[in-house]
Formats: sequence, structure tokens, C-alpha cells
Amino acid sequence: MMIYDFFISIFHNELIAAFLNSIIPVAFIVPFALFAVYLERKVSAHMQDRLGPMRVGAHGWLQSFADILKLLQKEDIVAAKADKKLFNIAPVLTFVGCYAVFAVIPFSSAYIGANLDLGLLYIVAVSGFVVAGILMAGWGSNNKYSLFGAVRSAAQIVSYEIPTTLVIITIIIVTKSLNLYDLSVNQTSNMFNWMIFGGYVEGWHKIALIPFMFIGFIIIYISTLAEVNRTPFDIPEAESELVAGYHTEYSGMKFAMFFLAEYANMFAVSAIVSAIFLGGFQSPFGYLGSTLNLPWLIPIEQFFWFASKGIFFVFVQMWLRWTLPRLRVDQLMAMCWKYLIPIAVVNLLIVALIMVL
Amino acid sequence: MTTYFKNIYSALYTVLVGMKITFKHLFIPAVTIQYPEVKLPMAERVRNRLYVNMDDCIGCDQCARACPVSCITIETVKSLPTDDPGKTSTGKKKALWVTRFDIDIAKCCFCQLCVFPCPTECIYMTDAYEFAEYNRDNLVYNFATLTPVEIEEKKVNFAKMEAEKAAAKAAPKPATLPASEKHSEGGAA
Repeated sequence: MMIYDFFISIFHNELIAAFLNSIIPVAFIVPFALFAVYLERKVSAHMQDRLGPMRVGAHGWLQSFADILKLLQKEDIVAAKADKKLFNIAPVLTFVGCYAVFAVIPFSSAYIGANLDLGLLYIVAVSGFVVAGILMAGWGSNNKYSLFGAVRSAAQIVSYEIPTTLVIITIIIVTKSLNLYDLSVNQTSNMFNWMIFGGYVEGWHKIALIPFMFIGFIIIYISTLAEVNRTPFDIPEAESELVAGYHTEYSGMKFAMFFLAEYANMFAVSAIVSAIFLGGFQSPFGYLGSTLNLPWLIPIEQFFWFASKGIFFVFVQMWLRWTLPRLRVDQLMAMCWKYLIPIAVVNLLIVALIMVL
Repeated sequence: MTTYFKNIYSALYTVLVGMKITFKHLFIPAVTIQYPEVKLPMAERVRNRLYVNMDDCIGCDQCARACPVSCITIETVKSLPTDDPGKTSTGKKKALWVTRFDIDIAKCCFCQLCVFPCPTECIYMTDAYEFAEYNRDNLVYNFATLTPVEIEEKKVNFAKMEAEKAAAKAAPKPATLPASEKHSEGGAA
């Protein structure tokens, strides 16, 4: 049973049920962001042979709470020459953009915000909101560095949407479905039915698809990494060049909003990549719930697997951050237009050919 | 075309190599020291805060004269023959009351030049380095062990003795002369 139906059975009111249903991702994103900030600081510290936060709580586990508490108390500064409307709306829009993505991500077989048949297309469309928010922030700040960051970010996100979309089209050819929930359900708890192992296709097609699925996986991982402005694609907020990019002028809760959006976005793309290629919420080795005949346990296990896959990919993003230096703008564009897009196109054609045969 | 594929290969390969290195470092014990709790041992001959062992100080003023920034101020009063300013640890008898021994550590340049001339080795560098203060006046360290009352007393005593001496010199000249004559006579005899 879906959580939405459960709410309806309690309140007998679609409005309340839909509202509660839409709040659930927040209850996941906020603790996740707190955890991810802590994880990021710890991972980066240990990769540099440091210790990271150690003072607040045992091994600094309360550090994120302390940071949030600090941000809550901070003065909300708006620059005198800033375009106030754009400036104020930008963090909200950025957060809405990445929160909207969570609507179609299946957290487990019992929960998906909106079971859209056009889920994948919706994600591609709605993540454009983030670009709008970032551009507004950069323009509204009336600060050359912010504007530089925003323009770079827009250029980058728009360019890297193309390989992402091409890989998504490749997936659609194989699955014949844009529905992320169906995609996750069809990939089943058998690891070899996952898309990265050729998906739930029959016969020799499956074997033939495996290398191209791997290529698709690598391409979509790289391009989503660029879409969330993480190192090595962090030129929009390159602190050594642009102070902090588009959120230079923000303080207090608005800054926190951007921060939350960034971490939510990191998880969102990780979740999408895992939903497309790695079975989403599916467990790799079957469910304890089905062996013990406890059907209520299965969605919880699925949520566990979904969260662990997402957090693993977030960890890989952090790992890459401390491994790779930042790309130059021309390298960034060369990477996208000369490498990712042609490879994605060829990959798409080959997969299409395999599926036709 | 070959360079194209070579580029792809080298990009993926080098990224993996880099990731391997960072992953290794993830498990290397951190080199960070939790400073206020854990401190690195200092080198053997570090030069940090000065300390004066007043039990050994004889008030010779050599350190103050050696100081290139004049951060040491010493005032002394001669002790009376009846006083006992004590002995140094080497058994040397002190002759002076050290009424003031101030080191302005804010001025100190940690050159250690005051340490070498000290005949009793009572001034030396310690390894204490955490002595920041909010008020600069707190950085003037007073090492003198005498209380203000005692200092006043010693000063008065000394002045009295001086006065007595002067008086003795000035007034009873005829009285002392025969004595010296006697003495010289005795010597002659």
C-alpha cells in the first residue's frame, strides 16, 4: 500500500493526504543535508589526513546542528544595490527546483511523491528551475562575481543537460517507460536485472547491452556531477576565483537555503542515477521481509537500500571532489561537447540498433 | 582519432589512480593534534617565557644590563649586617635585598642574552608559551618575593643605617681618632 493511500484512509481527505505526502521528502532532505555536511567535512578531512570537526559532540557529530543554529541567528543582509525581488526569490526557487525533482523519485515501493508516467522527462524539465534560481541570484546580487558564477553555472548546466538527456533516452529505448517507479519495480531485487547489467531484457540483447549501459552510466554520472556544480565542475562557485559564486552575497537563512538545495540536489542526482541504473530502491540480494514472510518490512528495507545507494553516490561525489582539480571553462565545454555528447549519441545509436535487432 | 580515444582512456585511468590515492588517505591516521589537550613536546633548548628563581637571585643586575630591549628592571637595597637575606643554592651568601625584579615579557625578544651572564643561573627560559593576556599590564611579571611592607622596612632600615653611618662619620671624630691612634700605637708597639 502506498503511503498516500494510507493517509487517505486516515483523513478521508485528498488535500490533507496530498499535503502530508508532499512533506515526506523534506523530512528526509533536511536530516540528510545535516548528515551530508558532516560527512563531507569528515571525508574531506580524512582524505587530507586531518581530523575535521572534533569539538561539538563526540567526533563533532553535532557540528551541522551548531552550524544551522548559527545560520538561524545570522542577520539577513541584502545589499543596498541588489535587485531585492530577484534576490529574495532566488534561494526559494533554487530549493523548489531541486525539491520538485524529489516528487518523482521512488523512495521505496510504498512511497513516491507523484507517480508520473513522464517521470524522467519531468526531472529533466524541472531541474531547469535551478538554473533560473541561480541566474536570479547572480543577477539580483548586483555583484560581478555572483553574476560570473551564475552565468558559468547556467552555461554548464545547460550544456550538461544534453548528455544526461541522451543517456535518459537510451534508457527509454531499453525500458520503453519514463515512469521511474515502474523502472525501479521492474529492475527487481535480482542484481542482474538492474539496468547497468543490461536491464530486464531477454536473450542475447541483455549481454550485448552491458558495455553500453556501463558507458551510459559513466556519462550520466559525470554529467549529473556537472549539473550539481560539484568539483571538478565547480567553476560556478570556484572559491579561488569567484569568492563563492552566485551565493556570495547571501547570508543567514537564504544562504542556508542554497546550501540545503545544493545537498538536496546532490542526493537527487545520486538517487536518479541509482534509480535508472542500479535498481533504485531494490535490494541487490532479495528481501529479509519476503524470507521471513513479513510484508511490512519490505518497504523499510527498500528505503534502506535506496538511501544507502544515494549516500554511496554522494560519497563518491565527495571522493571525486578531493581527488580532482577544477576544470577550466574551455576544458569543461570540451569535455561536454567533444567527449560526452558524441559518445552518448553513438551509445544511443548502438543501443537502439541492439533493441531493434 | 587515436588521440581522442587515448584522451578518454588516460582521463578515466588517471581519475581512478587519483581516487585510489585519496581512498588510501581516507584510512591513514590523521596527523592533526588536538591542541589544547595534546601538545607536541618542545625542543630541548626552546626559548619561551623567562623565569627567575628568586631563591638564587643575588640581585647583581647583570641580566638587566645584558637585556637588549631593557625589559628587566631590578632594584636592590643593601642588607644590614644584622639581616640575613639567605644563601643561594651554591652556598654563596647574598648581600642585597631584591626589592624589585620585573620582567616586561611583552617587550622581551626571547634572545636569551640575560641567561648567560647570570652567576647563579637563576634566570632561565622555560617551555611555557601560553601566556597571552587581555591586558598588557598583566604581562609585567613581578618576581620579587618581598612584600611591599617588607620592602618599605628594608628601605627604611637601610636609610637608617646610612644615616647612622653618616652620623658616626660626621659627629664623633675626636672620639674615633684617639681610638685609631691607640690602634696605630698598639700596632707600632
